[in-house]
Amino acid sequence: MFKKILIANRGEIAVRIIAACREMGIATVAVYSDADRTALHVRGSDEAYLIGPAPAVESYLRIDKVLDVAKRSGAEAIHPGYGFLSENATFAQACADAGVKFIGPTPYAIEMMGSKTRARQEMEKAGVPVVPGTSRGIASPEEGEEVAARIGYPVMLKAAAGGGGKGMRLVRSREELRSALESARSEAQRSFGDGEVYIEKAIINPRHIEMQVLADDHGNTVWLGERECSIQRRHQKVLEEAPSPIVDPEIRRRMGEVAVKVAQAAHYTNAGTVEFLVDQQKNFYFLEMNTRLQVEHPVTELTTGLDLVHLQIRIAAGEKLPFTQSDVEIRGHAIECRIYAEDPDNNYFPSPGRITLLLESSGPGIRRDSGMYEGWNVPMDYDPLLAKLIGYGTDRQQAIMRLQRALDEYFVAGIKTNISLFQRILRDVDFQEGKLDTGYLDRLLAKDDLAATSRAPERDIKTLEAIAAIAAGMFAVLDPASPISRNGSTAEPASVLSNWKQKGRSEAQR
Amino acid sequence: MVYDVIVDGKPHRLELEKAVAGWDCRLDGQPVHIDAVIARRDVLSLLVDGHTFEIKREQTAIDLHIWVGTTCFTVELRDPRSLRSRNQDTGNEKGPRRILAPMPGRIVRLLVAENSEVEAGQGIVVVEAMKMQNEIKSPKKGIVKKISATAGAAVNPGDVLAIVE
Repeated sequence: MFKKILIANRGEIAVRIIAACREMGIATVAVYSDADRTALHVRGSDEAYLIGPAPAVESYLRIDKVLDVAKRSGAEAIHPGYGFLSENATFAQACADAGVKFIGPTPYAIEMMGSKTRARQEMEKAGVPVVPGTSRGIASPEEGEEVAARIGYPVMLKAAAGGGGKGMRLVRSREELRSALESARSEAQRSFGDGEVYIEKAIINPRHIEMQVLADDHGNTVWLGERECSIQRRHQKVLEEAPSPIVDPEIRRRMGEVAVKVAQAAHYTNAGTVEFLVDQQKNFYFLEMNTRLQVEHPVTELTTGLDLVHLQIRIAAGEKLPFTQSDVEIRGHAIECRIYAEDPDNNYFPSPGRITLLLESSGPGIRRDSGMYEGWNVPMDYDPLLAKLIGYGTDRQQAIMRLQRALDEYFVAGIKTNISLFQRILRDVDFQEGKLDTGYLDRLLAKDDLAATSRAPERDIKTLEAIAAIAAGMFAVLDPASPISRNGSTAEPASVLSNWKQKGRSEAQR
Repeated sequence: MVYDVIVDGKPHRLELEKAVAGWDCRLDGQPVHIDAVIARRDVLSLLVDGHTFEIKREQTAIDLHIWVGTTCFTVELRDPRSLRSRNQDTGNEKGPRRILAPMPGRIVRLLVAENSEVEAGQGIVVVEAMKMQNEIKSPKKGIVKKISATAGAAVNPGDVLAIVE
């Protein structure tokens, strides 16, 4: 087993990987940028090294600097987390060349799955169901029109190097195709440096369901059950759960077997996720494979009782999987809420800044994977994911009830978070009945806000308003730090920041 | 103690007096007996007639928020005896209004020039944070008296971006 592991990431996932290492008696090495000296992953690791300025391209994405720290610190392996360098075949190869174990699949598997057209070709060869369409780039608008006519409108144009909805266009008719192809190409070129675009039949209101797989270096590959990831905003997942409300044991087994086939076709090792689109008749089609640990891995951990990061490390160290497929059992239900620093009242605009008060929830059936703490300044330079709150229960309904309780207790002041969005989703009847597809969240957000806000009924509002008025006075009496407005409309910002400034000034005068 | 408390735009008169146990309080003339303790900084536990309320206080760059459970109220607290607040009592919507940065970020561009006329809700500057752009809007109709923001500059929450009069 490794004695020391470098974690090439930040935020909640770095904290979660550090926890696994500590549990296994492995020393940890963190890397950080100028913006992250106070970050939790730096505070919680055994060693930490600065690798550059705040922009990720100058720090967390610098292969040379990360490997330099690995060499300096004597780390034997690198866990890349998700995002950043996690699906970068060049990085995986550079690790191998430097004699450091990359905790993840081989560069070969990363590369195959990195190109969506190449992955489609390989999967077709392996007999895996893919969405009808082309498995190579469209050479001309004429070819595009011909393919679209053959598979039937509506069709989806997708960037071969794509991700996050970039270079993606829904085309409803022949008239729209030419200009959509042009704009998808130029967007793909701009976003990924690769303008290759292919065509798939558009599946209307699909579900997005993915299957977790694990493979060791000794030829063993297992599936660990699906995750329902249909609740998305701008192609970004917001809430995930396991199992999916529509997947029964029979579909699960078939989907699991296909996922294992996908992994084997790519000579896959370590943890990976096979994503499927599921249509209204519950047919499922291979979409792509994510060659890394997923953000939403905790829901699989809770429903299988396995620790995926422990297993990733063991597999990377050359150990055999300690169980077989028949040992895998799905028990209970888990739902994950991604707590983002963003403002629900302002179109979910990111909201970095200082956390002035943090009340965290725990208790029965609640897991919290967090990268934040009270007093920390959430930097503006990175993804706004702060923490994940996961509810577990005997069944879906209990998981929902526990999450509702925990969300009510979770309180973050100083920055805005999307906690209220989850209170809304969990109360929604369609959600409770499991009627989900990738358009679900847009429909929910478009609904009239009045019924949906987290506000109490009107008669109670009056009471709460009175309580708020009394509380404001009591704060002023009992806690002299209470800010009393001095000049009405242009209230002086009594922010912590200006307190700092004042303190700085007074100290400078000393 | 007497306070003028404005909760979500609605004014209330609050009188607080220490009792033998807890506080005798009058809200808009209505007597209520309460018990209140600070559980920790910015967290108040309130007992009213046997009912408990967990209250959180949040001072943002712009507003004071009082959270009763999961419901958030924007609150302004004034001491009616203070000369300044008496002078300010009129003319809430008149006079200059400062536009403050609600979050740390970088100024991407300015949408209006100094001395131009703006409508309430019109964008004044664009601030970028976490790779997203946000329009900061004018709170009122008026003239842009001053723009302190410059394109490319970093801003902290509470920094004055512009003044509209």
